[in-house]
Amino acid sequence: MVSCQNEQQVEYNRYYSAGAAVYQTHCQNCHSDKGQGLAALIPPLTDSIYLKINKKQLACYLQNGLSGKITVNHIEFDSKMPAAGLSPIEVAQVLTYITNSFGNNGGLVNTEDVERDLKKCK
Amino acid sequence: MKQMIFFLAAVAIAISACKSNTNSALPILGNREAVTKTVGGKTVTDTVYQTIPAFKFVNQYGDSITDKSLNGKIYVADFFFTSCPSICPTMHRNMLNVYQEFKNISDFKILSHSIDPKYDSVAVMKKYADKLGISGQCWWFLQGKKEETYKLATSYLSMAAEDKAAAGGYVHDGYFILIDKQKHIRGTYDGTNADQVTKLIADIKTLQAEPDQSMAQ
Repeated sequence: MVSCQNEQQVEYNRYYSAGAAVYQTHCQNCHSDKGQGLAALIPPLTDSIYLKINKKQLACYLQNGLSGKITVNHIEFDSKMPAAGLSPIEVAQVLTYITNSFGNNGGLVNTEDVERDLKKCK
Repeated sequence: MKQMIFFLAAVAIAISACKSNTNSALPILGNREAVTKTVGGKTVTDTVYQTIPAFKFVNQYGDSITDKSLNGKIYVADFFFTSCPSICPTMHRNMLNVYQEFKNISDFKILSHSIDPKYDSVAVMKKYADKLGISGQCWWFLQGKKEETYKLATSYLSMAAEDKAAAGGYVHDGYFILIDKQKHIRGTYDGTNADQVTKLIADIKTLQAEPDQSMAQ
């Protein structure tokens, strides 16, 4: 039991730290190092409820980009996020990082989750 | 106890000495030349520093803005475009700190020049400013002829140009350039670096305290 838990922890840590590097390269310029975004131009990544409601769509947003109106932290955003150009494992890593940083506590997102979600992109 | 007081006094002097060091005058950057002329029968040699040349652009309110609009102002200039996918969001996140610090100072301005005037119409610039939370006349978002913008960038020791290979189609450095009331360049700061922008804010305060800058011109 103990070793099983440790294995999960190790997997989480691996995704999280790799995700931090992916975030720095691909996300930080716009969303900032603290995930606060930019005024009403770029949404923050601090809205845990938004991330939870849209959990199964997040991989699709990174894969295909996102445009149209969305409401995050009670602010309406209508700008365009380009496709991130990441592999499924990088998507899983960066989603693990984002959904467990900036006050979020969403747990591990692994490559299987991402591949499953990507098949259902609208 | 007496020794303690002396010690504290010494520390205080040391600290204030450091402080006055960091407050020393800002340099004047760019090209310079020595000009010799005759004034009242005497030959005088003076240093002439590079200044920002004349320009004409339109701001986010549709108003014409020229170099004369900056007469008697200390200002900071940068080059960006609203659809910029790379460094611009970081630059303007940092510039917001400069804006918040000085937005109520009437002889201080921020000029953000679009290097993509084809897309960045006055309406697009206004929307961008609104969404950034900018109102009033402190921060102007300027657009005009792109050749004029690119040429002006070089006067600011900065660079901006079209480049199809670059993300978003344009290349530019992310520098913030500090200009004094005599249109001299007094500092350049990496706008993507929060620490350098903190230094810019400190340097603006240093500049405001210079005798040549405090008088209205």
